[in-house]
Amino acid sequence: MIIAGRAWRFGDDVNTDLILPGRYLELTDPEEMARHAMEGVLPSFSERVKPGDIIVAGRNFGCGSSREHAPLALKHAGVGAIVAESFARIFYRNCINIGLPALQCHRISSEVMDGDDLEIDLNRGTLKNLRTGVRLQFTPLPNFIVKIITEGGLTWYLRMHMEEWIDEEI
Amino acid sequence: MGRTISEKILARASGLEEAEAGEIVKARVDVALIPDLTAILSFKAMRETGIDKVWDPERVFLFLDHVAPASSIRAAAIHKEVRRIAQEQGIRNLYDVDAGVCHQVLAEEGHVRPGMVVVGADSHTCTHGALGAFATGLGSTDIGVVLATGKTWLRVPETIRINVEGDFPSMVTPKDLILKIIGELGVEGASYKAVEYSGGTIRRLGVSGRMTICNMTVEMGGKTGIVEPDAETAKYLNERELETLGWIKSDPDAEYERIYSFEVDELEPQVSCPDEVDNVKPIGEVEGTPIDQVFIGSCTNGRIEDLEAAASILRGRRVKRGVRLIVVPASREVYRKALRAGILEALAEAGALICNPSCGPCFGGHIGILADGEVGLATSNRNFKGRQGSPEARVYLASPYVAAASALKGAITDPREVQEA
Repeated sequence: MIIAGRAWRFGDDVNTDLILPGRYLELTDPEEMARHAMEGVLPSFSERVKPGDIIVAGRNFGCGSSREHAPLALKHAGVGAIVAESFARIFYRNCINIGLPALQCHRISSEVMDGDDLEIDLNRGTLKNLRTGVRLQFTPLPNFIVKIITEGGLTWYLRMHMEEWIDEEI
Repeated sequence: MGRTISEKILARASGLEEAEAGEIVKARVDVALIPDLTAILSFKAMRETGIDKVWDPERVFLFLDHVAPASSIRAAAIHKEVRRIAQEQGIRNLYDVDAGVCHQVLAEEGHVRPGMVVVGADSHTCTHGALGAFATGLGSTDIGVVLATGKTWLRVPETIRINVEGDFPSMVTPKDLILKIIGELGVEGASYKAVEYSGGTIRRLGVSGRMTICNMTVEMGGKTGIVEPDAETAKYLNERELETLGWIKSDPDAEYERIYSFEVDELEPQVSCPDEVDNVKPIGEVEGTPIDQVFIGSCTNGRIEDLEAAASILRGRRVKRGVRLIVVPASREVYRKALRAGILEALAEAGALICNPSCGPCFGGHIGILADGEVGLATSNRNFKGRQGSPEARVYLASPYVAAASALKGAITDPREVQEA
């Protein structure tokens, strides 16, 4: 799976209240949530982001609340992947579960500038910066996680594999 | 080799002899907690898996607490739908808008017991580690899969042990301790880890104070905060000592990733300053900062002990003119106790607005939203930009003593300088 788009650079500790403020938690339609994506940091984000664009951030991206509204807003705004130096754990699980690639890459902040064109190969675990030509390796995802992402998220994946989930011990 | 309490609980829940940090297990869930604002997405996720009925309606607990009673048409529609789902699914444990904050109600009603696996569609689910359970927050899709199957996958976390010794000085509380710890470890300091709190101070602390500490473990990235169950746990659960024998505890030779020691004998009141929870300073460094609003409540500090602490400062006095003091008891039970004990009367006489139990302004939903440029001081758990309303507002976090003293003076105030009434 290849994801290609423009990089949107953010800093460390971007929390869920910045990604989707609490006043929008009453929304239940992801398309409506998408209109407020990243409103706490960059209010124009949802209007300017293009399908496939890539969020590039520092440490502890997504810290705070368990609200799945936050990654849903990003996904439905068109974000193709999030690459960060590290993620907060609930947010990370939420991204995978809804089929939004969350990729950990320690050098990402120093190798990417806002507006760079990036290309991600999910299966190979590589990210290429098309401006600089630099190719980075991110922590590769296990196969079943890649499957969850490509099959549209955990619920759709389980629809296909429910018996294994209920019966098998990992 | 010895195992931590978290490893042992997850092993048992997964039907394994042993489980080691780093291993991924599929654990059976004992309690699934779901508040109003994440409920719709959770049940939608359940249905997407192809399963229409929850695995065990007795283990599902629904709460209409974040915006209770409904503050908008959208919230009212969510509440209506959650009530319908409860009926359709045969879920008896629906706590409606009169009950209070999910974490307080779940613990208070005795639904959490030591050794359980508790998951919740709310990040502060880690609060329940205070009762010796392995408790962690998950997103709606994870909860949807739990609703469908009763199971979730978890990576068994490494454990950070925090030993606390000494006695709290007057007007210094568990809130000051956990703020101090978060200030030292940082917002990512316990990322993905279980944090086990132990030592003499923790042993002498009641479950209420332990809940405050476990509650904020997520603010340093922790997967759970946990305290080994003991006599205080038994007291809270009204258990006879005999029934406590099977409770899971850490082995004496359990392996910890890191061990920290804290002393509270000399601890001062702590204040977490905008816009990050780990921006913690001793009160002396922020004293005198003018404030517009004080909020006392939430799953962190909305219990009877917290309201009593505030009343001990405010009894017979008046909140500074121009400052709004909003008091939100964490549950109906807390509200009734505080009413009967004269605590609410003392607070109301002092000028506090006493609101019905709910999450209140903690997450910026209702009851006391802050405007551009306003400054709030809250006993809750997050001070992120925009958390309690306008992104241009600022929020400080502190204990109920600091909150009450600050409401009295209209500026951040050391409660030790305001003699108890």
